Amino acid sequence: MGGGQRRTAGGGGPAPRPAADRAPGLQPERTRLAWRRTTLSAAAVAVLAGRQLLHSRAPGQLEVALTGLVGLLWLAFTAVADLRMRAMATGRPAPLPPRLALLLVGCTLGTAVCGAALLVRTR
Amino acid sequence: MILSDGLRTAATSVRLWFSPARIRAEGSTPDYRFSLANERTFLAWLRTGLALVGGGFAVDQFFPRLHSSLRASFTVVLLAGGALCALRAVNHWVRCERAMRRGEDLPVSRFPAALALAVGGLAVAVAVLALIGWTV
Repeated sequence: MGGGQRRTAGGGGPAPRPAADRAPGLQPERTRLAWRRTTLSAAAVAVLAGRQLLHSRAPGQLEVALTGLVGLLWLAFTAVADLRMRAMATGRPAPLPPRLALLLVGCTLGTAVCGAALLVRTR
Repeated sequence: MILSDGLRTAATSVRLWFSPARIRAEGSTPDYRFSLANERTFLAWLRTGLALVGGGFAVDQFFPRLHSSLRASFTVVLLAGGALCALRAVNHWVRCERAMRRGEDLPVSRFPAALALAVGGLAVAVAVLALIGWTV
């Protein structure tokens, strides 16, 4: 029984993935994890923005709208990251399209600007 | 002279950000592993920017005893620094990608040193404020 298991697990049959296309160093995996870390950082910023709204004394419509915008920017950020992480599933991912890089930077800049406006409004 | 050179470089960089086909047009595609490494560096800089933006929020929320104008200036400096880091991230990524395609040396930059000094200065300022009791 144990022997049978060993045969199926490591018995030298062909791997389901094209092993020849996988370079040592796990580059796509490392890059996918870097994307994941980045979306988590963006999530932390979005949470802090939400906290800013919750702790303000009398939030008006503008403050709610600004926080909503930060949330939308985070969603866009995560969508771009998800798109790219799916590209990492292939053995040799194509280079990052500059459009996506610009989108991410745009989201970050937008978050900083919304954050500045929110901080001024909730003082 | 230096200023006009700087402006020209900046204009070229901005053109490159918005017309990515120009990067693809020149040189040859580098080993995909180098492109991925460049992408990870870009993401690391973006995270640095996000951390600074988050730090701006944190200063405002977690230092209630700090004098309001001081708190506002810390916040603004951190938010602006975060935005600057994000812009620098995409600029450096584009320049590295282009240099790799052309087979040139990777671009050098003073930005990391400047950022280190700025962050160090901010940290010292916060430490001094903590020692003298926050409210100045």
